[in-house]
Amino acid sequence: METINTIQEQKHPMDDLLRMDRIPHIWCPGCGIGNAVSAFAEALRKLEYDLDKVVVVSGIGCTGRVAGYIKTDSFHTTHGRAIAFATGIKLGNPDLKVIVISGDGDLVSIGGNHFVHAARRNIDLTVICVNNFIYAMTGGQVAPTTPIPAYTTTSPFGNFEAPANVPQLAEAAGAVYVARWTALHMRRLADSIVEAFNRPGFSVVEVISPCAMYYSRINKLGDGLDMMQFYYNNSIIRHGESTDNLNIDYQKEIIVGKFVDRERPAFSESLNEWLRKDQVE
Amino acid sequence: MSGYEACAEGALAAGCGFLGYTPIQPSFGIVRRFITRCAETGATFVQMEDEISSLAAVLGAVWTGRKALTVTSGQGFAQMMEHIGLGVMLETPCVIVNVMHDGASEGIPSMPGGGDVMQARWGSHGDYEIIALAPNSPQEMFDLTVEAFSLSERYRTPVVILFDPVLGRMKDSVNIPEAAKIRVEKRKYYKGPKDGYLPYKYDEKDLIPSMVDISQGYRFHVTGLTHDEKGYPVMNDECQEWNVHRLVNKIRLFADKIVRMEEKYLEEADVAVVSYGVVSRDALTAVEAARKEGIKAGYFRLQTVWPFPEKRIAEIAAGIKRFVVPEINFGQISLEVERCSRGRAGVDAVYHAAREVGKPGSILKAIQKTNK
Amino acid sequence: MKADPRDVFTGTYYIDGDVAMAYGALAAGCKFLGGYPITPSTEAAEAFARIAPRAGARFIQMEDELGSIASVLGASWAGQKAMTITSGPSYSLMMENISLGAAMEIPFIIINIQRAGPSTGVPTCTGQADVMQSRWGGNGDYEIIALAPDSPQEGFEFAVKAFNLAERYRCPVMLMSDECVGHMTEKVVVPEASKIDIEPRRFYKGPADAYLPYKRDPDLVSPIVKAGDGYGIYITGLSHDEKGHPVLESGNSYDLEHARALNRKSTDQYLVDKIRKNRDKIIEIQEENTEDADVVVVSYGISSRVAYRAVEQARQEGYKVGTLRLITVWPFPEERIRELAGRVKGFVVPEINYGQIVFEVDRCAEGRANVVLVPHGGASVHQPEDIYAAIRQLLESKKRYENVFEFRTILERKVFGGGMLKNRS
Repeated sequence: METINTIQEQKHPMDDLLRMDRIPHIWCPGCGIGNAVSAFAEALRKLEYDLDKVVVVSGIGCTGRVAGYIKTDSFHTTHGRAIAFATGIKLGNPDLKVIVISGDGDLVSIGGNHFVHAARRNIDLTVICVNNFIYAMTGGQVAPTTPIPAYTTTSPFGNFEAPANVPQLAEAAGAVYVARWTALHMRRLADSIVEAFNRPGFSVVEVISPCAMYYSRINKLGDGLDMMQFYYNNSIIRHGESTDNLNIDYQKEIIVGKFVDRERPAFSESLNEWLRKDQVE
Repeated sequence: MSGYEACAEGALAAGCGFLGYTPIQPSFGIVRRFITRCAETGATFVQMEDEISSLAAVLGAVWTGRKALTVTSGQGFAQMMEHIGLGVMLETPCVIVNVMHDGASEGIPSMPGGGDVMQARWGSHGDYEIIALAPNSPQEMFDLTVEAFSLSERYRTPVVILFDPVLGRMKDSVNIPEAAKIRVEKRKYYKGPKDGYLPYKYDEKDLIPSMVDISQGYRFHVTGLTHDEKGYPVMNDECQEWNVHRLVNKIRLFADKIVRMEEKYLEEADVAVVSYGVVSRDALTAVEAARKEGIKAGYFRLQTVWPFPEKRIAEIAAGIKRFVVPEINFGQISLEVERCSRGRAGVDAVYHAAREVGKPGSILKAIQKTNK
Repeated sequence: MKADPRDVFTGTYYIDGDVAMAYGALAAGCKFLGGYPITPSTEAAEAFARIAPRAGARFIQMEDELGSIASVLGASWAGQKAMTITSGPSYSLMMENISLGAAMEIPFIIINIQRAGPSTGVPTCTGQADVMQSRWGGNGDYEIIALAPDSPQEGFEFAVKAFNLAERYRCPVMLMSDECVGHMTEKVVVPEASKIDIEPRRFYKGPADAYLPYKRDPDLVSPIVKAGDGYGIYITGLSHDEKGHPVLESGNSYDLEHARALNRKSTDQYLVDKIRKNRDKIIEIQEENTEDADVVVVSYGISSRVAYRAVEQARQEGYKVGTLRLITVWPFPEERIRELAGRVKGFVVPEINYGQIVFEVDRCAEGRANVVLVPHGGASVHQPEDIYAAIRQLLESKKRYENVFEFRTILERKVFGGGMLKNRS
C-alpha cells in the first residue's frame, strides 16, 4: 500500500499503525501507557508482519483502551477476560497473531485464572501487561501489584497485602518468554515485544508504567517526568535473573530484563497432533 | 440417539466449528459427541478453566469466521451472564446450550429443572433482548440447534437453547437429513470497499449491521462500551439511546418472524395448557386425557420461549376461560402468560416438580378444575 | 434493638449517595465489605475502607467480583453482617453466588449502583436496567428483596433497612441504586444511634444437639448459628433437607420421603415462599394523590424524582395525577396495582430502560387500565416533559392499548429523527 508521498501527504511512520481518527487519546499527562503503545507500534513496524493478520485484544481499564487506538482488528472486551477472548480467536483461526494488551489488575487480579491457565496450556499469545501498581480507571484503588506500604484510595492506611510478582507468576505457570521493562526503556521494550511476538507459545512482557494521576499523586511521588527520572536512577538491567528476585518494593530498585526464554509445545500444535492421531486410529 | 448427541449433531450440521466449554453436569453428553467428531469435521474445541472464559473464548472464535457453541448448566450459565451482555453489545452470533437442572444454586444436578427461563431473558445487566429456544424431543434437539445457529446469524445475537437432563438422556430415533437439505442462514458479510467498512452501520430494513472476519484487512475495532457506527466508544446519552434502541428493537420488532410454536386442539377450547420443554410432553398427555373426559382442553407449546409469543397468547386468551401453565419452577413463564392475556383469561401456574416429570397427574388435576 | 453507637457516625453531612450508603451500612452494623473496584460504585468502597476501622469493620478488596461476593457469603456465616458494593458487569459476575447465597439462606446485601448497559456501556452514567436482573439473574428458583433509594439520605436509610430485611428473612437484599443517586451530593442526616432500629441476627437459642440449620419457624425463616460455635453445621448449595444435608435423588433418600410426608416442599419452595408469604410485611410503597387519580405514575429510584416535576405540572393544570413510588421494587406490590387498575384510566411508568417494571405493572393491570412506558436508553435521566406528555397522552386517549410501547421520548425522536420507527410499526 505504498503511495508516493508529496510533502503535503507526508505521513508519520506510525500513521498506518494507529487509529489517527481517534487521537487525542484518553490517557492523562505523564501516563506511561502511551509509551507502551509506541513501543508496541515500533515493534510492529520492525516486524513488518502483515498487519491484517494481527489482532489486539484488551480488557477493561486505562490500558484496556489500547485496543481502540491500534489500527489492526481490535477488541475491547470485558474486565479480566481479554486472554480468554484471545484464546477463542487464536483457536478459531490459528494463522493469526494475537496480542493481549491490558493492565495489571485486569490480567493478574480478575483475569489471574485465565493468565495462569493460558500459560499452562501455552496458547500462542503475546501478553503485554502494563503495570502501574494501581487501578487507575476506577479512581486509584489498591491493585494486586501495589507495593507495601503504598497508599491508595482503598488502602487509606497503607497497603499491607503482598504484591504479585508478575514474571514469577508467568514463569511458574509455564510461559515460554518473560521480560520486564519500564516505560523508560522504549527501545529495549520494543525489541522484547518483537522477540516475544516471534516466540511460539505464551509470552509475557511486563511494562512498569507511571500513573501520575493516582499512584504518584496519592503517594506524593511527583509527576510522570519524576517517575521517569526515578526509573532512570533505579532500574537495573539483569538478563536471566531468577524470577524469585523480581519483587518490586516500594520506591526501591526495579530489576528489568529478559528472564525466561524456553521452548514448550504450543497448544494448537499439540491439539492438531492429537486430532491427527485420532484420525489415523 | 440421545438428546445430547442430537444437539451436538445439530451444531455440527449447522456448521459449528468451535466449542468452548467447562465440564459441568449435566451437559457433558454434548461435549463428548462433539469432540469425537472434531477430527472429521475440522471443528476445534477447548476446555477452558471456567464458564466465564468458555463464553469469552466462543465470542473470540466467532470473529474469526467460525460458528461457535458453548455448553453449560445452571451455575455455569449464571457465570456466563456478563459475557451474554458482551455478546449482545458486540452483536456476536453464538449459541449457548443450557441444560437446566433442578433448584437454585447447585440444587439437584441430575434432576430436570426449569428455573433458568427468566434468567435467560434478564440475566445480564442492562437492556437487551435475546432469543431462547426450548426443544422437547431428541429430534427437536437436532432441528432447533440448527435453527438456533440460523437465528443467531440472522439477528446477530447470542441464542440460548434451554432443555434439561431428561431430554438430554432421552433416546429416540433422530432423522438427520442430507447436508443439502439443511438450511442454515449465512452470516451477513460486508461487501464493499475496505476503507468504507463501519462495524455498526446497520441496514434500515432489518436493523442488523454487517460483519467481517478478522484478518481480512478491515482493521476494525469493536468494544463493549457504548459505541458509534465506527465501533468507537462514545460516552453520551444520545449514543446510548442509539445503541440500546436498536439492540432491543432488532428482535422486538421482528418477533413475529422469530417466534415458533406448536398448537393442538385449540379451536373452541375452554382451557389452554401452555408449556415448553420436557413438561410439554406431560402437558400433551394431560390434555389428551382431559379431552377423553370431555373437557375442552387445548395445547400450546412454546418452541421459542423468548421472544414470547405475545400476540398469539392474547388471541387465545380472548377465546378461552383459563390458562394452565405447568413449569418446573414457581412461576416464570406463567407471569408472561398472565401479562399477555390482559385479564381476558385466568392463569393457573402449576408447579410441576422435577420428580413429577413423566407424571401428568398435577396438570390433569389443574385442567379438571375448569369445569368446577 | 437499637444501633451500636460505635457504628453510627452521627452528624449532618454534605456527601454523595455512595458515601451515604457506606455510612448506612456501618450504622446497620455491617462489619465486612468484600469489594472490587468498578465505576461508579468506588466512592462507597473507598469511604467504607476509610471509616470502617473506627467501627471495627473490615474491608478487603478481592481479586474479582466472584471472589468478593463469595467472601461476603463466608463472612456472613462467620456471624458478621456483610455486604458488597458493585455495578453493571460486576453484578452480572455475581449471579452464580447470589443464587448460592439464596439457596444457603445467607443474610447479606448487595449495593448495586446501576450504570448504563448492556456490557461495558457507559460506565460513568446512570441506568435502571438491572432491575429484572436483580430478581431473575441467578439460576434456579428463589426470591430476593430489592430496594430503590432516590436520594443520598435514602441511601443511608435504605442501607439500614436492607440489612434489617436481610437479617429478618435470611435472604439476599439488593440495594438497587443508580449512578445518579450514587453521585448526587446532598445533605445527609445521620441520626443518633438510639434512633436507628436494627434487626438483630436470628440466632438459634436452644440445645446444640437439637439444632437443625433449616428447621423453620412459623414464618418459614429458620434461626441461624455461626461457624465455629460447636454446632457442626454442614451447609451446601445442593438441595438439602432440614439438617442441611444434600438430597439428590428422589426415592433413595430417607430425608426426601420424610420431608415429603411432612409438608411436600422442596428447598426451592421454601426460598420462594418465605418471601411470598411475608410479602405484606416486606412491601413498602409511597403513594400521593392516588385516591382520586385518573393517571398514576409508577416509578422508583431517580426516575421518581424526575417524575415528580411532571406530576406537579400536570396537577397545576388541573389533571388528576397520582404517584406511586416503589420503595421495595421486589417483591412487587401486585395487589395494590391490581386495586388501582380497577379505578384509574392508566399508568405511566418512566424507567431508564426499554421496559422492565412496566411489564409487571402491565401484568397486574390485567388489561383494565392502559399502561405506557416512558423509555430511556440510559446515560442520563428523563426529561420531565416526556413524562408530562405521556400523562397527557393517556388522559386524552380513548382506545385500549395492546402494548406498553406507545410513547416516544424527545431523546428517541432526536436520535432517530422520528423516521425509523414510523416505517416499522
